[in-house]
Amino acid sequence: MSDHERLAVLKTWKLFIKGSFPRSESGRTLPLLNKEGGLVAHLSHASRKDLREAVEAARGAFPGWSGSTAYLRSQIIYRLAEMLEGRRAELSDALRSTSGVSKKKADTEVSASIDRTVSWAGWCDKFPMVLGSRNPVAGPYHNFSMPEPSGVCVAVQGVADQHSLLGFMSLVLPPLCTGNAVVAVADTKHPLAPLLVAEIAPTADIPAGVLNVITGDAKELAGWIASHRDVDSVHAIADESIAATLRAGAAENLKRVQILSKDEDFSDTDRWTNPRRLAPFVETKTVWHPSAT
Amino acid sequence: MVRRHSATKSRVALPAKYDQSMADAPTGNSPVTTWEYSPAPETTPVVIPDQTQLYVGGKFIEPHSKKRFTTVNPATEAILSNIADGDAADVDAAVSAARKALKPWGKLPASERAKYLYRIARRIQERARELAILESMDGGKPIKESRDVDIPLAAQHFFHHAGWCDKLRYAMPGTREPRPVGVCGQIIPWNFPLLMAAWKLAPALACGNTVVLKPAETTSLTAMRLAEILQECDLPPGVVNIVTGAGATGKALVDHAGVDKIAFTGSTEVGKQIAQACAKRGTRLTLELGGKSANIIFADAAIDQAIEGIVQGIWFNQGHVCCAGSRLFVEESILPEVTRKLEMRMKTLRVGDPLDKNTDIGAINSKQQLAIIEGYIAEGSREGCTVCQPNHQTLPTKGYWCRPTFMTGVQPAHVVAREEIFGPVLAVMSFRTPEEAISRANNSPYGLAAGIWTEKGSKMFDVARRLQAGVVWCNTYNQFDATSPFGGFKESGFGREGGMHGLAAYLSE
Repeated sequence: MSDHERLAVLKTWKLFIKGSFPRSESGRTLPLLNKEGGLVAHLSHASRKDLREAVEAARGAFPGWSGSTAYLRSQIIYRLAEMLEGRRAELSDALRSTSGVSKKKADTEVSASIDRTVSWAGWCDKFPMVLGSRNPVAGPYHNFSMPEPSGVCVAVQGVADQHSLLGFMSLVLPPLCTGNAVVAVADTKHPLAPLLVAEIAPTADIPAGVLNVITGDAKELAGWIASHRDVDSVHAIADESIAATLRAGAAENLKRVQILSKDEDFSDTDRWTNPRRLAPFVETKTVWHPSAT
Repeated sequence: MVRRHSATKSRVALPAKYDQSMADAPTGNSPVTTWEYSPAPETTPVVIPDQTQLYVGGKFIEPHSKKRFTTVNPATEAILSNIADGDAADVDAAVSAARKALKPWGKLPASERAKYLYRIARRIQERARELAILESMDGGKPIKESRDVDIPLAAQHFFHHAGWCDKLRYAMPGTREPRPVGVCGQIIPWNFPLLMAAWKLAPALACGNTVVLKPAETTSLTAMRLAEILQECDLPPGVVNIVTGAGATGKALVDHAGVDKIAFTGSTEVGKQIAQACAKRGTRLTLELGGKSANIIFADAAIDQAIEGIVQGIWFNQGHVCCAGSRLFVEESILPEVTRKLEMRMKTLRVGDPLDKNTDIGAINSKQQLAIIEGYIAEGSREGCTVCQPNHQTLPTKGYWCRPTFMTGVQPAHVVAREEIFGPVLAVMSFRTPEEAISRANNSPYGLAAGIWTEKGSKMFDVARRLQAGVVWCNTYNQFDATSPFGGFKESGFGREGGMHGLAAYLSE
């Protein structure tokens, strides 16, 4: 052994599309800095084509994911919580590396994120009971309404100064548990915990393409997300200018849009495990059937 | 012609051994080869302790009386173990332990309570094989049913209810924060031992209650395995207590003043006695009792599917199913076709060793139950019904066995058309109009389940609406799921188990 100090292996954080970890097709990277301005790592800087590929992957995964039983989805999301639990330390370090928060605060956020995952796992086979109904129409018909996933959801984490992990989980879990396929855009200032979730996802048996995570400039991506015809819903936390771009583009093909203000408090458990959070990601389908001999 | 020629050629080319087996086929000169089943027994690496204890306050303890009773394998009559006989003192200790555990358990954040239930679900999944083998050895049910139905559903019940812990306010609209009822006494039957334990425990625990569970005396082994699992999962002591024993143990539990709620699954007769006892103190009660469920086959049904549905309806778990489709109503025009096809299908059912993976119908749960079933078959015969047992397979010499049976020429007033037999015995009757089918189906003090077979949707929904039954299966039968409420109308009991509706029994406003 030589006596010089061991040189660390540096990691470039890559995108997560269709179960693989490609670099940006554009070859672009972004520097990730810590609070003091020091370099932490390099990130892939997703392009419009990367976004398109992620949406395509999500669309491809949607029939299988939405078609699987609620019980299976519930077990897979619970499995994600099991896997996150095993990576607590790593997630906590990831939070601290860019935000500089205390270990205690980071640990608390990791715990809350895992618990939130468990809570949403439980909604998979329950939201149809709470959001569905049997409607007593005035005639000889059997009439019932049920929620169905709307399709591909793009979750945009445009702001993550607070709760970069809890916020990320809160953005992706409601669409996932209802059976949507998700493309998540992680914040570029605090992306490491979300990117770790991406690395953990395949080991939780989340099928390839059901969850895709890209890192890029939210401002640059917003217009492309908003105008993408194959995106059904958008779940975002963003500043006003990005929000305006998303809303305007979404109006073109009537995407379902849920945009949270940049002050959203993700630590509010009651609010963030409420089934009302699911509303933007489901369509209500009502079926009529005659009921007479 | 060319095709026939090549077929002949290929037959000639077959090895001599193959021709030999064709000649030996029991169908004689039929060209069809019959392949006999070879036994495919499940290996039994399960260690059964010589004697069991009670599970009280998180510990395995000796019964107060020191008495034990035997539990036998109904397929071999071999003694499997000696079960602790809990008495009133044991029940009292269990209720005290449950009472003590109630406050801390209720104070635990709901999301933490959920984690315990998830753990239990996972451990049941992980120990599924052991539990399935044990269930089949102790209760006589075919391994394919305990392996594919009982144990996976038990795990699903815990998994599903785990998710409810922190969502109860959405299950009870109008209540801000629903509260648990308190200490629950739960008494379960022998037909689905572990599954019934799961149906009872999971919702009670999810809602923050503590429990004293009394398994049926012939099937306590999986309940005691479940106690081990609860210990493995670090469930706080006293949250679940399991006291084994017979009717007297159950009665001690029902009569205990420290119990806030009783949940019972079993016969209507015992259910009514329990209702009387609970009425005195105003104890909350849910009952899941007997049934004499109607399975109605209309002429416009897909007949072959309906035949499978009839088989699934009455011969699932040897007919030891409270919701068994034990009254078959067939539209008159298709009665001959249905009975002919049913007879053919019954010949193919495999009766025998519950641990054989090919077995369709296992052993009758106990000697007493076999006597009851045989009594009903004799009664049917005396009343003038034709008893059909098309299956002529050789049965094992030891154990309790009953061939799948159906009776024709059954009149509505016959005992076999009115009373719950709880065995593999089907009463076949016919009808002419939907109105007749509905009124005859409803003409029973029971109202647990019903089956409807028709390809006409409008008729299906209309008949489903008019049947007095808590569960109506359309073009299927005996389907169960943790998300789907189960329970009866009329004297089949009250309250529901499973799904959102099942939570109500375990919550106060």
